[in-house]
Amino acid sequence: MAKTKELLFDPVVNDNPIALQVLGICSALAVTSSMSVAFVMSLAVIAVTAFSNLFVSVIRAQIPSSIRIIVQMTIIASLVIVVDQILKAFAYEISKQLSVFVGLIITNCIVMGRAEAFAMKNGPLDSFIDGIGNGMGYSAILMIVGFVRELFGSGTLFGIEVLTKVTEGGWYYTNGMMLLPPSAFFIIGFLIWGIRAWKTAQVEADEFKIAPNSKAKEA
Amino acid sequence: MEHYISLFIKAIFIENMALAFFLGMCTFLALSKNIKTAVGLGVAVIVVLAITVPVNNLILTGLLREGALTWISPELSNVDLRFLGLLSYIGVIAALVQILEMFLDKYVPALYNALGVFLPLITVNCAILGASLFMVERDYSFGESVVYGLGAGVGWALAITALAGVREKLKYSDVPDGLKGLGITFITVGLMSLGFMSFSGVSL
Repeated sequence: MAKTKELLFDPVVNDNPIALQVLGICSALAVTSSMSVAFVMSLAVIAVTAFSNLFVSVIRAQIPSSIRIIVQMTIIASLVIVVDQILKAFAYEISKQLSVFVGLIITNCIVMGRAEAFAMKNGPLDSFIDGIGNGMGYSAILMIVGFVRELFGSGTLFGIEVLTKVTEGGWYYTNGMMLLPPSAFFIIGFLIWGIRAWKTAQVEADEFKIAPNSKAKEA
Repeated sequence: MEHYISLFIKAIFIENMALAFFLGMCTFLALSKNIKTAVGLGVAVIVVLAITVPVNNLILTGLLREGALTWISPELSNVDLRFLGLLSYIGVIAALVQILEMFLDKYVPALYNALGVFLPLITVNCAILGASLFMVERDYSFGESVVYGLGAGVGWALAITALAGVREKLKYSDVPDGLKGLGITFITVGLMSLGFMSFSGVSL
């Protein structure tokens, strides 16, 4: 039980796929300008990661190691096609907004990375939970970034007005930069700063040391 | 002709793969520590993009699109295989990268050695698959997809080289502990991306 909990929640803070492992950043930036889109994307990634981990783990003994990448890729691509078709059928508007990014879950390094690093070595149940855990770690960042961008960019959350805008007689001046893609970089950058200030073990070591100035009085 | 030139410029600057659409970010952030590696990877991406986008365009128009199979037999004229798109594109990309690797190894060993480990990595670079998906979404013709593939590759290479240049200097600066490495890189890329946004005012 303790292990399950660890598998599920460790990737959310301690070993976050985006903030620490630098995986799956592409889509994290592009789909976060509104929370409902980010939410759907999160669900899609959790589903794909969990099931690809499950299926890879089930057949891991049968996969010859020389072609394992292609096998994993096929499993992932098939799952993404299923997700894509479901989204087109039941959430057409959002699937239009996500445009190519649903397809890009295939090359999302989180999915591939977990299949290769975890599912190839562990049992189906553990792998499934690990997939959900890593998907949640990804979602957590996505939702935080989406929250900040939508709240300050358009004064809404999930499309519901929270801060009344000036244009509608309220007081809030919308921050247009939050809706521009680069703001996602700043938010994730600061988020990483926050996480590392809290979990100091994650701070990266210097590549070199600057020697102290030998003539201290010179200046 | 003018149309192609403007598409090329648009693909490099206005719709820069890395800085406007954030594709290929994993490799973009992980392998931009020095200029030499960045240039090698950039060249590899240009080569692969310039080949895969047109090939995927042929696959789409010759096999997947509704009515595309009429050349086999007229009965197949209402078969629409587009839902197989994702699987076919990634298959084409993986196969092409493999073939390219073998070809370079045999005939252009100098380039093969220069690209080294980056070639296989490119299969999972979202910029490659992304360019193919954009090609599908925007309905490019064969000629346009050649130009678009090349332009997208050049744009990505330009962006990673520029970032590597910044990071080479940045490593000598005194950054707060928590921001070291990844954090400050994100903020740098954000600033670069803001800079590239100024191109979006250019109308072509």
